[in-house]
Amino acid sequence: MSENKSDELLHDHNNDGVDRRGFLGCMAWAGTGALFVMQGGVLKSFSLSTLLKGTPASGSDLSFVQISDSHMGFNKAANPDVVGTLKIAVDKINALATPPEFMLHTGDISHLSKPEEFDTVDEILKGANPKSVFFVPGEHDMLNDDGKQYLERYGKNAKGAGWYSFDTKGAHFIGLVNVLNLKAGGLGTLGADQLAWLKDDVRHLKHSTPIVVFAHIPLWSVYPQWGWGTEDSAQALSLLKKFGSVTVLNGHIHQTMQKVEGNVTFHTAASTAFPQPAPGAAESPGPMKVPAEQLKSILGITDVTYVRGKHALAVVDSSLA
Amino acid sequence: MQKHDSTWALVVALALMLMGLTVAATAQSKPDLIEVRIDNFSFGPTEVTVMAGTTVTWTNHDDIPHTVVSTDKVFKSKVLDTDEKFSFTFSTPGTYPYFCSIHPKMTGRVIVR
Repeated sequence: MSENKSDELLHDHNNDGVDRRGFLGCMAWAGTGALFVMQGGVLKSFSLSTLLKGTPASGSDLSFVQISDSHMGFNKAANPDVVGTLKIAVDKINALATPPEFMLHTGDISHLSKPEEFDTVDEILKGANPKSVFFVPGEHDMLNDDGKQYLERYGKNAKGAGWYSFDTKGAHFIGLVNVLNLKAGGLGTLGADQLAWLKDDVRHLKHSTPIVVFAHIPLWSVYPQWGWGTEDSAQALSLLKKFGSVTVLNGHIHQTMQKVEGNVTFHTAASTAFPQPAPGAAESPGPMKVPAEQLKSILGITDVTYVRGKHALAVVDSSLA
Repeated sequence: MQKHDSTWALVVALALMLMGLTVAATAQSKPDLIEVRIDNFSFGPTEVTVMAGTTVTWTNHDDIPHTVVSTDKVFKSKVLDTDEKFSFTFSTPGTYPYFCSIHPKMTGRVIVR
């Protein structure tokens, strides 16, 4: 995958004698991981593996980490050890040169909404240095009970089906829920109640306030044929038009992507559990089986070069066809 | 004595054949079990036409859980993990569209005559 290139090049520059094959074979990095650094209202992201090698993230106002799609309970061929890969992700977070202040989990915490699956994730995340985790649900977290259990565990202070906002270091964070009440043939849905809440939530904010929106299903049309988009995301984004800096963080598609549209930057994170195919690259978006020795490297790719703009256009081209 | 035995055997064989035919005829005129496969994020066949009284069984062959939910709230499965099944018996003629509530792009239809 071309997304590997920044990491590969880094190794080449280090002149450590590790070729591409050796690099992929020995690379221990697994799990999603993007470190986000806010500087003067501009959000920059770095892949964790890059940061570990010393990319400067100092002088920032705020840093946090996004993890996604841990799918605890999944045990099929695409990754029989989702516990192990989540633990490696936590190790990577703890090894960061700039300690993140908190984590965002963008959903599909569990695979089947089983209590023990949530328990396991909670226990593993306790091992992470940042103690606060802000969750939004994935569709796998709200199976069978329309999210009752999820709300009891993670949404005590949330509104409606689990949406909420908070402010920190001058930035406004908005967690949205787009995995409930899905209609036949449709995409993710925010719904009228949530949109009304959002409108009110941002009404009094200054235009210069950096906005970070996080939700499970992408809030942009990544690949509607596979349901990778949200029906009413345009309405949500129109409510955020007045802001100079909006960053949208999503999961769900188990691969990293970025798109920049005006003042809005969209990111999707990799999964800590298993990869999914690029849009349209397979018959279905089911778990992608890769050779065991490659799994961790594919889970771990959160490519910094998207942010630097090297491949940004290419990503947009391939994903929005 | 020997001739007697073989006649008897012929009668038994004919009786068994008739029974077999009766069973086959019954199965043909009244199909009461239909299977729908859930595979690669789709229902196959997407549309099935059945007689009233038929039970349709969905089996999930994917590595990802799915549901079978009637668009008109007539039936609703629990979440089906890999190899799990859901059955519903259709007693009233009509058209029953359904979808996977987790992956709503997955849709199908049962037509009951």
